[in-house]
Amino acid sequence: MSDPARVPSLNLRRVLALACKESLQVVRDPSVILIAFVLPVVMLFLFAYAVSLDIKSVPIGVVLESDGAEAQSLAAGFAATRYFVAKPARDRREVTEDLVGGRLRGLVVIPQDFERRLASSWRRPLIQVVTDATQPNTANFVAGYAQGVLTGWLAARRTPMYPALSLEPRFWFNPEIESHRFLVPGAIAVVMTIIGTLLTALVVAREWERGTMEAILSTPATVGDIIAGKLLPYIVLGLAATFLSALLAVIVFGVPLRGSWPTLMALSLAFLFPALGQGLLISTIARNQFIASQLAMFSGFLPAFLLSGFLFEIDSMPAPVRAITYIIPARYFVGSLQTVFLAGDVWPLLLPNIAAMLIIGTLLFGLVRLKTRKSLDV
Amino acid sequence: MSLLSPRLRAQIVKEMLCILRDPKSRYLLIVPPILQLLIFSFAATMELKHVEIGLYNRDAGRWGHELAARVGAAGFVRRVVPAHEESEIRRMLDTRAVLAALVIPETLSRDLAAQRPATVQIILDGRRANGGQVLLGYLNAIVAGLNAELPGQSGIGREILAVRHWFNPNLVYQWFIVPSLGGVLVMFITLAVTALSIARERELGTFDQLLVSPCTPLEIIVAKIVPAMLLGLLMGMIMASAGIFGYGIPFTGSYLLLSASLLLFIVSIVGIGLMVSSICATQQQAILGTFAIGVPTVLMSGFATPVENMPRVLQWLAEAIPLKHYLIILQGSFLKALPPEEVFAHAWPMAVIALVTLTVATIFVRGKLQ
Repeated sequence: MSDPARVPSLNLRRVLALACKESLQVVRDPSVILIAFVLPVVMLFLFAYAVSLDIKSVPIGVVLESDGAEAQSLAAGFAATRYFVAKPARDRREVTEDLVGGRLRGLVVIPQDFERRLASSWRRPLIQVVTDATQPNTANFVAGYAQGVLTGWLAARRTPMYPALSLEPRFWFNPEIESHRFLVPGAIAVVMTIIGTLLTALVVAREWERGTMEAILSTPATVGDIIAGKLLPYIVLGLAATFLSALLAVIVFGVPLRGSWPTLMALSLAFLFPALGQGLLISTIARNQFIASQLAMFSGFLPAFLLSGFLFEIDSMPAPVRAITYIIPARYFVGSLQTVFLAGDVWPLLLPNIAAMLIIGTLLFGLVRLKTRKSLDV
Repeated sequence: MSLLSPRLRAQIVKEMLCILRDPKSRYLLIVPPILQLLIFSFAATMELKHVEIGLYNRDAGRWGHELAARVGAAGFVRRVVPAHEESEIRRMLDTRAVLAALVIPETLSRDLAAQRPATVQIILDGRRANGGQVLLGYLNAIVAGLNAELPGQSGIGREILAVRHWFNPNLVYQWFIVPSLGGVLVMFITLAVTALSIARERELGTFDQLLVSPCTPLEIIVAKIVPAMLLGLLMGMIMASAGIFGYGIPFTGSYLLLSASLLLFIVSIVGIGLMVSSICATQQQAILGTFAIGVPTVLMSGFATPVENMPRVLQWLAEAIPLKHYLIILQGSFLKALPPEEVFAHAWPMAVIALVTLTVATIFVRGKLQ
């Protein structure tokens, strides 16, 4: 049995032997290759082409109740814009069903007295827009773009009415506002969480479940040796997966890398520390692969998706949820990755993030050590 | 073979015990999904709140001050961070201290007083362009309000558009996210439980015992399916009830139709899970397989972004995703009083998927069993 007193010292030969054994297990299991190399490619592809937050070609119905030339010209304006795919109708009852069925996301109603409204200086709205607000985001876009089409049409029609004061927006780091440029770095963080936390949790839980952990513990290897030997292959795997994903992001998906490669890899290494620690902790608590996978999903994967600020703004979350995000390593990783890709090596931002990840990692490994040593006594 | 032969019943009981025997896993099947729904439904919001905005006001006059005051007083702004030179703005944006920065030009008040058009620059963080675009919309509304009060500008603030948001007039984001997230969580848990069912037996070596038992392959498969289905149905009901009673989301559709759709959805997911399980030799493979299938499925289901935004080929592919159809029925049943023919239009694809996946899975498992 190992002696707790000599736990801290690492025996390099033993660590390498254990790492070698673990690597063989990794290489021989096709599911690991699937998760580490195929899933990232699929995810990057989906984030680049499928999960677009830039709304284009939203299907809407254009109900033309008026026969006037002006009304027809406006309807043509709605048909011409690339934001909408317009389905023409004369009566709103023709298209209401499509709105309920989800085949249309909104209706633009050009009323019968459109010409009269246009001529009058009364403050009456010119047209009506109905949206399908079951998806509030799309509803907002439909209303916003409809306003844009109408304003453009008005401006082209008569002497342009410039508003006196207007905002001139500029998006730094991503001037074309392409959503995949900030989604792809986030996708890398999710993949790394799956590799770092889920995979580690599973492999260690498997040893416990099958009873082979006791066998390893009874060898001369110390707890430190065992943990280091277990983790080394997954660090390499995680870094390889990040490198591949980043390479694909830059070469295939046109995401710029304005920072440097060494910074990117350093960040990934810093993130792997808490991610692996979390995986180890889960496996020591669960000791059963099904429970470990559920815990990893709950505490690792979903937070990396939803609480890391890559899909939803952290600032907008309620205070208790915001407080939770501070202990989620992915929060620091997503922000840093987006910065390295789109802005550059902004050290005043990156250093505190790296520090936060390392602190969380240290805490997690401390907990692991506590738990594992206790289990040795049993 | 009678459907409830004692042999089959014994098998089902055994499978149920496999899932429910361990108190930890019993607890884990029910509690975390509900916690997840609770936390993530509050986190997942597209509205902006508590935003920090940088402000570099170079205008000493009245209007620059007025604009700054209005932005500062807006409900979505937590703090306006003043800057005194260009480089400070750059630093704030670089370090993500602010989401956006307003740069008000020296000539603003002069131009407006002389009724000349004026522009104010707003620099947004492209790394968070998502929130940035929403923020831009909010700020444009503030500017429009200011415009209406400028000298000689009567009529410009005119509302040219009457917008009505059907089914969710106040655009409450939770009305969208809670039912959908519930659907996603139910899918993941059902998929994981089914995918593990056969893979666990093979990893632990008990699969051979099943082979020598008097049970027919079909009985074994049915026994594997039933507990996962019951669990999926239960979770689906809990999630829907949480939406109705916990969040007070209006439910306008038919409970019966939704329950029937839930059943079809669960069966199709169980079919997929069983296929995964029959291919996998270990639990690890089954769990990783669940992720490899689950994650892309969620991304393409219309949960995160509308399906019609995707390229045509992926849209066709999405037709084969049960979650996509179920989400439409779910959202429609909650808010839209989805008529039966619309429910049916999305229910039959799930039935087809269920039929195909269950058949394929049965063939696979049979192959393994013989």
